[in-house]
Amino acid sequence: MRALAAALRRLAGLFVDDGALALSILAVVALAGVFAALAPSAPLLAGGVLAFGCLGVLLANALAATRR
Amino acid sequence: MSGAAEIGSVVTAVFLASSVEAVEALTIVLAVATVRGWRPAGFGALAGLAVLALVVAALGPALGLIPLRLVQGAIGVLLLLFGMRWLRKAILRASGVVAPHDEAKAFAAALGALHEQGARRIAGADWLAAVASFKAVLLEGLEVAFIVIALGAGRGLLVPASLSALAACLVVAAAGFVAYRPLARVPENALKFAVGALLSGFGLFWTGEGLGAPWPGGDWAILGFVAAFLAVGLAAIALARRADVETSR
Repeated sequence: MRALAAALRRLAGLFVDDGALALSILAVVALAGVFAALAPSAPLLAGGVLAFGCLGVLLANALAATRR
Repeated sequence: MSGAAEIGSVVTAVFLASSVEAVEALTIVLAVATVRGWRPAGFGALAGLAVLALVVAALGPALGLIPLRLVQGAIGVLLLLFGMRWLRKAILRASGVVAPHDEAKAFAAALGALHEQGARRIAGADWLAAVASFKAVLLEGLEVAFIVIALGAGRGLLVPASLSALAACLVVAAAGFVAYRPLARVPENALKFAVGALLSGFGLFWTGEGLGAPWPGGDWAILGFVAAFLAVGLAAIALARRADVETSR
């Protein structure tokens, strides 16, 4: 059981290093999903939210880490 | 993007990412070989590679049974998480916030642990050494397997992606075998930075495709995303360094 938990922790660690970064990325993806569902006639809007959201999250998270 | 350009971009991304992971695994395998000999080191490494081959062989084709849009969406999000994690780490290391990964130090630490096992004459020390080698190859290899499956399976490029990963591992192994010391001179952080941007670019593209958002320029948008992640990453490094200088005044 302990080995399984360790393996799962390691697996999660492949994708999550900083919880705030992971949560922010998921929030941006969810927001883009909402735009894609609510405004299917403007698909570029969802794409824009996704692209600029991810780039903004990266910049904000890296700068926040330097201030800590 | 043409077929050749698509294969080229996937093969390049897989090769570079696999090289970074292979260097980290090689450090431990070399430490085991230095202290306990090549037999346990080689046995553990080969066993790790066999398990990884099984993972790719089992999971890769299974993804073909799931609708493409769903696979692209799920893999896109995972690639975003994985790639941006690498990119963030590379930014923080390049700006001096986090200490850079030092293969020579990792090698020395592994040597110390293995020498301690030998000094205490632990029964089955060779077996423990083989397990250390196996674990290093398996854990670093899991990241390689994810990259191979994520970049290769969604587009039917599993074979070129697997061959690219294998080539990267062979090149790193050959270099390590010749040098017989950890590859400390490999610019690991620069590689991690570039690969993080590549994987994030692919992840962004596929997440959008999964959400049903068509990108201007089709597949060529991937190059634009990679360039954007590189630009934001470089800007983050410059801003972090400036903030560091202002704080130390």
